[in-house]
Amino acid sequence: MTEIRYLKAVNTALSDAMDADPSVVLMGEDVGEAGGPFGASRGLLERFGPSRVLDGPISEAALAGAAVGAAMSGLRPVVEIMFMDFTTLVMDAMVNQAAKVRFMFGGQTSVPMVLRTPHGGGLGAGPQHSQCLEAWFAHVPGLKVVCPSDPASAYGLLRAAIADPDPVVFVENKALYAMKGEIADPPAPFAIGRAAIRRSGTDVTIVAYGAAVHTAGTAADRLAERGVSAEVVDLLSLQPWDEATVLASLSRTHRLVIVHEAVEAFGVGAEIAARMAQVGFDELDGPIMRVGAPFMPVPFSKGLEAAYMPSVDAVLQAVDKTLE
Amino acid sequence: MRDRELTERRLDEAAEITALLRDLLIVRRAEERLSAMFADGEVPGFIHLSIGQEAVSVGVMRALRVEDTLASTHRGHGHAIAKGMPLEGFFSELLAKNEGLCRGRGGSMHVADMSVGMLGANGIVGAGLSIALGSALAHKTLGRNAVAVAFFGDGALAEGLVHECMNLAALWKLPLLFVCENNGWGEFRPTSQQLAFALGDLASAYRIPHRIVDGNDVVAVAEAAEAVVRSIRKGEGPAVLECMTVRVRGHFEGDAQKYRDQAELDAMTERDPIRVVCERLAACGVNDTDLDGLTREVDAVIEAAVAAARRGTDPDPVAARHDVYTDGAAA
Repeated sequence: MTEIRYLKAVNTALSDAMDADPSVVLMGEDVGEAGGPFGASRGLLERFGPSRVLDGPISEAALAGAAVGAAMSGLRPVVEIMFMDFTTLVMDAMVNQAAKVRFMFGGQTSVPMVLRTPHGGGLGAGPQHSQCLEAWFAHVPGLKVVCPSDPASAYGLLRAAIADPDPVVFVENKALYAMKGEIADPPAPFAIGRAAIRRSGTDVTIVAYGAAVHTAGTAADRLAERGVSAEVVDLLSLQPWDEATVLASLSRTHRLVIVHEAVEAFGVGAEIAARMAQVGFDELDGPIMRVGAPFMPVPFSKGLEAAYMPSVDAVLQAVDKTLE
Repeated sequence: MRDRELTERRLDEAAEITALLRDLLIVRRAEERLSAMFADGEVPGFIHLSIGQEAVSVGVMRALRVEDTLASTHRGHGHAIAKGMPLEGFFSELLAKNEGLCRGRGGSMHVADMSVGMLGANGIVGAGLSIALGSALAHKTLGRNAVAVAFFGDGALAEGLVHECMNLAALWKLPLLFVCENNGWGEFRPTSQQLAFALGDLASAYRIPHRIVDGNDVVAVAEAAEAVVRSIRKGEGPAVLECMTVRVRGHFEGDAQKYRDQAELDAMTERDPIRVVCERLAACGVNDTDLDGLTREVDAVIEAAVAAARRGTDPDPVAARHDVYTDGAAA
């Protein structure tokens, strides 16, 4: 095991994937000479050259659309969109083209592309550089959506996403880039669609993904001090999501809390809650609780943003409510 | 001796033009057949016909090889057929059969045949340009000596994506041919009311060579396309070929076109690509083109495809749900 940062795990996964498969190319704004706005592609232009690391202009729609056409013509493009908020500009490429090509052309071809993009607040980046929009993509048949929570899952899921024959939206969390974590040597691949149980418990299941997994973990520590045993399920994949693992956990604990940084209304948590209310109804001993951001844009001021972000206290309150 | 050479060259030329005429007739008669079947209620959904614009599809395709790729528009039947999509798979798709090349899931607006490099018609105006852009990028990156073609109408020119794609194609010097079928209309209004610029000015802004051609003259289109494709294949970067043509039918089939002048509709017959190509043949000294005979021959091929398509089966909803993702997981 070695310890690396989340950002370095992304960088290593890109580099290893490009080593393993000459059809993998990177495209995006400043992914080449600048090494990526956050440094995710640092050193890759020098290693793989300008024909495989393509510095694009500020032109998200064309870059994403080109990735679709390139993926239909033999490449495996990885497109970086600097902030998830900017994915509004790639919606046609992802929703009408990438997601539908395989199906609407009768399985003649698939679209092996990855759209990498960071979401998440907490950095004072304001309403247009902080949003968590993953539920939009998870709502589109034909797309896969993953959201790693630590360096090992960032590496493993990115390798899996690049190897996947279908379009994958790979959501990183800006606040996790500096996080350190253990990674196996050689690093292990992760399967898309599989959740991980981060902590075993018996009294309540807390399902989370991305940075919210750590909020859930801290809440579980605090609950343990009070003698409440919480199980933390890290979804890792949002589309498809691991219904079996969540249901199995619920069947052990009989209480369910779902936590995400995205707005609570109409979110990933709503889907999980609805499914568990249907297939896990007999297991439930309390209401399914959701913890997410309030229904408002991400604010800029530090105080406002702190109030906006789903907190450990909010998770504790939700757990108390379902244990009542 | 010199006379004989000239005669032979003229005969070769006449044979080539006759081949183009036959290709034009296939597209024309296939769409006329569709129009009749649509009127009878046999073709579901929406269809957009390219009648009057066939010379663009057929002429450009003359310059392409099987490994070259193209992305098309909502008016894409001609591009598909001219690129080599088999008529049986085409009609089966239009009739929503499981035997359709898209297994009845795409229909008219999504006809596609990857085996001949036809990357799909497209229901989103302008989107095909970015697909072709990416295909050109793949050709270049993988070292193929292939060209990608983006077909679009003048009605797409106000879309931001068109501008982004021209910039990127020029910036990355991609083997991409932009073919604008300028029929003067964007849905129900003249594009003169929709655009504050001319395509030539746009191309020059992106430093892309622009060539304008009579899009109803298949020989002129083929010659222009051959010239620009040759330069693109040599690695000289993208080019724009603007083909001035005429949309004979409505925006969609069933559109009564009350917004069009009768004079304009009458004038279209004069410029009909089939009439123009027959004049070309006459200029080569071929005055005895058996248009009716050729049409009958083409119709027989089309009828056989229609008959085969009609024998097709309905797509299976369960199989469709298993085809959303490559691994076949049920949606």
